[in-house]
Amino acid sequence: MADPMRIRASMLGDKVEVRVLMAHEMETGQRKDASGALVPAHFIQSVTVTHAGKTVLSAQWGTSISKNPFMHFRFKGGKPGEKVTITWVDNKGERRTDEAVIAGGS
Amino acid sequence: MPFHRLPALLLAASFCCVCQAQQDTQKEVERYRQLLAEGNPADLFEAKGEELWKTPRGPSKTSLERCDLGLGAGVVKGAFARLPRYFADTDRVQDLESRIVTCMVTLQGFKAEDVTRNPFSAPGRPSDLEALASYVAGESKGMKLAAPLDHPKELEAFRIGEQLFYRRAGPHDFACVSCHGENGKRIRLQELPKLTDPNDARRIFTTWPAYRVSQGTVRTMQHRLYDCYWQMRHPQMDYTSEASIALQVFMAKFAKGGEIHAPGLKR
Repeated sequence: MADPMRIRASMLGDKVEVRVLMAHEMETGQRKDASGALVPAHFIQSVTVTHAGKTVLSAQWGTSISKNPFMHFRFKGGKPGEKVTITWVDNKGERRTDEAVIAGGS
Repeated sequence: MPFHRLPALLLAASFCCVCQAQQDTQKEVERYRQLLAEGNPADLFEAKGEELWKTPRGPSKTSLERCDLGLGAGVVKGAFARLPRYFADTDRVQDLESRIVTCMVTLQGFKAEDVTRNPFSAPGRPSDLEALASYVAGESKGMKLAAPLDHPKELEAFRIGEQLFYRRAGPHDFACVSCHGENGKRIRLQELPKLTDPNDARRIFTTWPAYRVSQGTVRTMQHRLYDCYWQMRHPQMDYTSEASIALQVFMAKFAKGGEIHAPGLKR
């Protein structure tokens, strides 16, 4: 089981500002280990963010995204107390879903 | 304008460009660090460390929640701000990591050799100690560092640390002071703190453990010392050795009063 994400969601004006940290190796498949063997690729392929049953962000990622990726975005239509759900799926089919409650804010 | 004065003017102008560019670079680097800090992956290590701390593990199937980090059994909040310090039960001065190892041995029943065999993570081999250290250090965020320096053993450690800091040795004839003894020095973009200057020490000593972007993991003060010793081509600094702790006691004196920002974020 993958390690949990750290999600922070808060209001910024009339928008919801979301910051997500994901724990993932994000191996490119290009790197070699100490014995010279290729380290197999292992990276997040898709990220989906939903709010109130609607997809607010959907992304396709590749190997150029860093290890332990950080994503920061804003969307309209959320209110404090509502939930944001984030799911990632990697190229090995592993997945992780976490959710956060939107906090009040400026 | 007479022609002969033009080159001088141009020269002056280009100098000004250089210093302006340097300031801009410094500012941009600061901005970059701030952007990164918002998503400091050390958060992930803190979360993992907290889980490890509270999960019953080891031969004794106990958690670390009764671990005495110096403020009494079970107190994690603020403990890091009082380390390194003397511990009566082990009769030695201990830093964050050596104390965590002590607790893993005495409470959880792990063997010390097993715990400290691979204290630093490598790709594909995570380190529990890096996560645990991140968690404990993070519980002192915002507090002022105030490691005690009263007990005879703490004073002895300080003197040993002082000797180690200044004593040049090895094939390069280096000591800590060779890099950390002057203000305003840097290696490429990396500023080198003058560790005997409270301004620098307070700012830097309090940011370890830290997530190293270039290494993709949290590195601890023990790793920093190990790496400095390697860079100086000195004999290897053993994990949680007396020397490694003595150097921290020495640095902590100058860093006293600095606000803790651990786990930090570094290149």
